[in-house]
Amino acid sequence: MIPAAFDYHRPATLDAAISLLEEHGDDARVMAGGHSLIPMMKLRMADIPHLIDLQAIDELFGIDVRVGEVRLGAMVTQAEIIDHTELTSACPILKEAALQIADPQVRYMGTVGGNVANGDPGNDMPGLMQCLNARFTLVGPGGSREVDARDFYEAAYMTDREDDEILTAVTLPLHGRGYAYEKQKRKIGDYATAAAAVTCEQNMGTCVEASIAMTNLSDTPIWSEAAGEALVGSQVGPDEIEAAVAAMLDDIDPQDDNRGPVAFKRHLAGVILTRAIERAWTRAEGGDA
Amino acid sequence: MGQKMHVKMTVNGKEEEFLAEPRELLIYTLRERLNYTGPHIGCETSHCGACTVEIDGKSVKSCTMFVAQADGADVTTIEGIGGPDALHPLQEAFREHHGLQCGYCTPGMITRAKKLLEENPNPTEEDIRFGMAGNLCRCTGYQNIVKSIKAASAEMLAAKEAAE
Repeated sequence: MIPAAFDYHRPATLDAAISLLEEHGDDARVMAGGHSLIPMMKLRMADIPHLIDLQAIDELFGIDVRVGEVRLGAMVTQAEIIDHTELTSACPILKEAALQIADPQVRYMGTVGGNVANGDPGNDMPGLMQCLNARFTLVGPGGSREVDARDFYEAAYMTDREDDEILTAVTLPLHGRGYAYEKQKRKIGDYATAAAAVTCEQNMGTCVEASIAMTNLSDTPIWSEAAGEALVGSQVGPDEIEAAVAAMLDDIDPQDDNRGPVAFKRHLAGVILTRAIERAWTRAEGGDA
Repeated sequence: MGQKMHVKMTVNGKEEEFLAEPRELLIYTLRERLNYTGPHIGCETSHCGACTVEIDGKSVKSCTMFVAQADGADVTTIEGIGGPDALHPLQEAFREHHGLQCGYCTPGMITRAKKLLEENPNPTEEDIRFGMAGNLCRCTGYQNIVKSIKAASAEMLAAKEAAE
């Protein structure tokens, strides 16, 4: 497979990368690990005359665990997330999700920035970041701005990012004791048929906080505020889980494709979310899950 | 557009320098330009892992990397791991435990397994199956591949102990 010809750029600074984006406009794209973009270029579904490789820009790397929040440079790989013990003790859902992405080779190359910026509804990190209420840092010619993950996604491959902006970092608040990322896929390496990210917190056996987001069940990730609210104030029994599932099903809009018909996907979304809530709640109560 | 660029990389310890179009996929650079035919082209769509090589300490599917990205990199293929005169313990174990039938996936399997054992010298069967999930084999059913990697792990740990 031979992609269309392109000019290759490897800028050493963010400013240089943004200048290239300004100079070449629509003809340029940035590339992180390349494991979404290169397959599209090989299929000639993407034709990119100017490819800007971000591998030499030091400021895009690094995991910074701070008080109450974590900052991930856009070029942090799934493998680095999995291996970082301090990150895992501060925010364990990241590792749980990263382990379910693709396969070992792809996780060495695949980055958090690429995963969230690409806008592919099949990617796992966007839903997870919506669940966690993360913020994305975007840097362009006019400076830097932050966008909530919950406001970032507009449609498949369409996001709030401008063509001359680069997503440089993801910042997320630490989650409560209850968490789970549950994913159903046809085989290793496949995107989710349905996946659910759940975080929750309890006080004296009552749920005081819950957040739920779903992956690959609409043309964007879906943060279902109503599904989370269905759990808050309860002991998270079967009735409340059923109510959360019903609320989630009102918010998703899956399509028929080679992963199954709509009815199957809706059924599966319910099963996956139920499992995720049960595991998250067990953990919130201090149990093993 | 697409002008050739000057590329430098180290492959199996040897410095290589050449002109290449940036779009050339690394697997073709290795096989056709530099004559390292150990890494194979299986699916060419980053699923099967037959093209797995090690790049700067990472297991990478070389069908999904442009030669331009590997400019300046340190690459190891199966040829750099061991050969007929001096088999790597993994190669010896695959032979001993029948870890291959047709052999097409084997260079990728062994290259990946080498990295896996560096990161986890004493893996459980589950660790091996999870760590090898990016490599497909259509012959063996994986049983003997897992057995081979487990045996190589034991052999390498014993050799390390003896050396200490």
